[in-house]
Parts: sequence; structure tokens; C-alpha cells
Amino acid sequence: MTSTDFSTVLPEVLLAIYGMAALLFAVYTGKDKLAALITWVTAAVFVIIALMIGLGGEGSRAAFGGMFIDDAFSRFGKVGILLSGAAVLVMSYDFLDKRGFAKFEYPILVLFSTIGMMVMVSAGDLMALYLGLELMSLALYVIASFRRDSVKSTEAGLKYFVLGSLSSGLLLYGSSLVYGFSGTTSFAGIISVVQNDVPVGVLFGLVFVMTGLAFKVSAVPFHMWTPDVYEGAPTPTTAFFATAPKLAAMGLFARVLHDAFGGIVGDWQQVLAVIAVASMFLGAIAGIGQKNIKRLMAYSSISHMGFALMGLAAGNAEGVQSALIYMAIYVTMNIGTFAFIMTMERDGKPVTDISALNLYWRNSPTKALALLVLMFSLAGVPPMLGFFGKLAVLQAAWGAGLVYLAVFGVIASVIGAFYYLRIVYYMYFGAETDPLDKVSSPVTFALLTLSALIMLVGIVNMFGVEGMAALAADALVK
Amino acid sequence: MVGLEHYLTVAAALFVIGIFGLFLNRKNIIIILMSIEMILLSVNINLVAFSSFLGDLTGQIFTMLVLTVAAAEAAIGLAILVSFFRNRGTIDVEDVNVMKG
Repeated sequence: MTSTDFSTVLPEVLLAIYGMAALLFAVYTGKDKLAALITWVTAAVFVIIALMIGLGGEGSRAAFGGMFIDDAFSRFGKVGILLSGAAVLVMSYDFLDKRGFAKFEYPILVLFSTIGMMVMVSAGDLMALYLGLELMSLALYVIASFRRDSVKSTEAGLKYFVLGSLSSGLLLYGSSLVYGFSGTTSFAGIISVVQNDVPVGVLFGLVFVMTGLAFKVSAVPFHMWTPDVYEGAPTPTTAFFATAPKLAAMGLFARVLHDAFGGIVGDWQQVLAVIAVASMFLGAIAGIGQKNIKRLMAYSSISHMGFALMGLAAGNAEGVQSALIYMAIYVTMNIGTFAFIMTMERDGKPVTDISALNLYWRNSPTKALALLVLMFSLAGVPPMLGFFGKLAVLQAAWGAGLVYLAVFGVIASVIGAFYYLRIVYYMYFGAETDPLDKVSSPVTFALLTLSALIMLVGIVNMFGVEGMAALAADALVK
Repeated sequence: MVGLEHYLTVAAALFVIGIFGLFLNRKNIIIILMSIEMILLSVNINLVAFSSFLGDLTGQIFTMLVLTVAAAEAAIGLAILVSFFRNRGTIDVEDVNVMKG
């Protein structure tokens, strides 16, 4: 029935209509003078739609012949994507405005890529997967090169575009092989064909699809774009890259592996385990030499993606649950950290050098303390929430018999702790240097302290995320 | 008789040429854009060949979607390339190196 189909995709349809209406409205009226208004309204729309999805949906529904699935898993992903998108939007405005780049297109591009991400986590078919992924990527290419008068930003956009298109090409080639050898593009159809006796063409296709998705989550060996794009893109864009798209790509990864290839866990488990180990170690080791905090966060995200993939590599509901918990915590930590990075400036110019943080606690004790909590949490130091995320994925890997994976995870986490702790060291015991400006920006301050507080208070019950992730994982893994 | 395997071979050859075009090319970025198009077109050949072999229309619908998205992708790629050229004054692959990665 068409009407039930449309009621299933209602959140996406509403967002798309709002996006097009806002675009037209701004073009025909105040243009960039409306940037602040559109940013805040878009963020409010995100929160409203997130509430609508989070409170409204129940059960599992499939629309358009199984192309689009609305279940607990997709709702978990969508609420996370929308809330992190809203947080990044509200903290971006001040930064862009100060640099004369507060354009009304920015929130609208973020909105369109968010719709793409929502389609990704709901995809029930290779076509929906591809279209969602491209809608997200095309908008992201543009916001990466958003400062079009800056060499770095356009270079970042160009690199992201070339490698992103390559990854979509690989993913598509894999999809075509899967379609050809299983005879269907729907996940439900693929899983019924691909059970015990797997055609070798489907395996080839699976490898290509996994390669394409590994690009999007920036897992080793497909991580080369991450440091350059993170460094070159404007800081608000980097903040966005590090949060919602990562959550969406990880959701899509879990969706494809379990919905379409859930019958052949043994075939992809080892590949994921290798990717996870390589990402954790490369992120932890290559981050040590970095002097630019945005590059550092890029390596940090590579390492964190390795941990989340370790959860997925467990190949069962517990693994998916742990990966979802891990991603939720990771996104929260990153929102706080980037809210801080956006306020790093000297003489009104953005600074990304880590040594600029020397003796930062004199500048603002509260912000230094909040960043300390976030850094400890990113490193996985026990009383903070980040530790429990790591614990969950390690337990999942251990429970699935991947003992070596858990051992490697612990070692990589110890190595990675070095660069987070170095930032804390600079802030409290560093050498005397020119201090950073005292920036008063209430929004970023609120987000920074809020995310640090979540890292401390969340250890009581994780705000129920654990239970929601369990529901989501049970909906996905049958 | 031209069978499915012939089409798949052509598509695989185009795909590999596209990938090599991306990585071995040291000249300019337009060639990279052409290589990306080639990869996407090889996928289309695959999809249409499978679709006709299986007697199933899904593959052809997929091809239509890929074609449209490829057009949008090329437009965005060229736009980014133009703004890069304005800043840098060159589109040589070796000059895309402000950041070392």
C-alpha cells in the first residue's frame, strides 16, 4: 500500500521538503543574512524529527517492497545521526560567522547529507544503500571544500571527492556482482540465497562492498583520505565528518553484514578482524607524531573505528550492541572535543597547533577540566564513559572467541592513550607560550561541558543507551 | 555466440583500467575524473549484462540510477576542481600536495 509506505518514510520526506522549502525561501529573500535563522531552524527540525522517530516508532516495518526498513536498529541510528547533526550545526554558526563564511547553504547541505545517512541506516536493498550513500557523500564533498577561497579546503574537497568516488565505484562493482550471482538486490532476497553454499561471485562482491564501506568509515587500509580531509576542511565540517557520517556508515556496515550476509558470518568475520586490528594500531601509532589537533583527531577516529569494527567482527547481536554503544559514546565525546577545537584561536585566527594549548588551564579552568575529562574518556581511562564503550566491544570480541582481537585491542588502546594524555600534559604542565584568546561562546561552552558531564554522569546507567542498543541489535540480528 | 562471460570480461577490464588510471596517472585531475566515469560505466555494463542474463529488470533500473548519480557526481567534481584551480592555478596531480598525507 502506497500510503503505509509513505508513512514509513515520513521523517525523511518531511526533512527533504523542509530542505527544499528553506533553500527556495532563502534564495528569494535575505540569502546569507538568513544564515543564522536557517541554522537554528534546521537544528530545531533535526531535534523534532529525532523526537518523532524516537518516541513514535515501534516494531519493524518495510516499505517499497523491502527497499526501506524501519526497525529499532534504524531508529537508533537515525536518532543518533539527527541529534549529533543538530549539535554540530548549532556550534558551527559562530565559527563560520567570524570567518565571514556564514552562508545559508551550509545548514541545508548538512540537512541533505543527513537525509542520505537516514536512508543508509534504513536501507533494505542495494539500490537504497547506494542512493543513500551518494546523497550523503555528494553533500559532504561540497561542505569539505566550503571555504572556496582557501587552498587547503578545496584540496581537501578534491581529495575527498576522488577517493570517495573511488570507494563508491568499488562498492557498486561489488553490488553488481552480488546482484548477478544471487539474482536479487534486496537484502532479504540475498540472505535467503546466500546461506551455506556461497557462489564465489557473491563472495567477490561482498569483498568489494566491504572495501567501499571501509572507505566510508575510514578503516585501514582505506584511511588515507582521513587526515588530509580532517585537516583541510573547515573545523565545523571536520566536526560533522567525525560524528554523524561515521555513525551512519557504521550502521550501514552492520546492516549489510547482518541483513544481507548474516548467513555467512564466518566469511566476513576474519576480514573485519584484520581491518579492525590494523585500524586500531595505525590510528594509535601514527597519531603520536601529529602536531595539528585536527590531524590528531583524524588518527583518533581511525583508531576508534577499529574498536567499533571489533564489535561488529564478533558477528552476533552482542557485537552489534557493543558497536552501537561504542559509536554513541564516541560521537558524544567528539562533539565536545570539536566544540573545544572551534574556540581555539589566537588574535582572532583559528589555531590548530597542539602546542598552543600550553598552560591552557590558566586561560579557562572550566574548559581545561572539561577537555581533560574528554581526553581521558577518549583514551579509555576507567572512571569515564569511554572506558565502558571499550569494555563492551572487548567483551563482545572475547565472547565470540576472538581472544587475540581483544588482546590487540587492549594493547592499541594503551598506545593510543599517549597522545590524549599529552594534550592534558600541555594544558596543565606545558611550557610558557603565547596564550590563546579568551573566547566567550556560550553554545560551544555548553556543548563542551555537557559532553564532559555525560562522560562522568553517564557511567550510572548510560542514559538507557545500553538497553536501546540491545533492542536495536536484536532487531537486526535474527 | 557472445555470452555473459564476455560482457563480464569487458566490464572487468574497464574497471581495472579505471582503477589503474586513478593510481598510475601523474598528469592531471581531469584524467582522474574520466577514470571514475569509466569505473561507473563498467559497473553499468555488468548490471545490464546480468539483468539480461537473469531476465530480471532490477539490474536495468539500477543502471538508470547509477547513470543519474554519476552525472551529479561529475558536476560536483568539476565544480570542486574549478574552485581548486582558482586557488592554486594548476590542476596537475602532483600539485595537490599542500597537505602531506
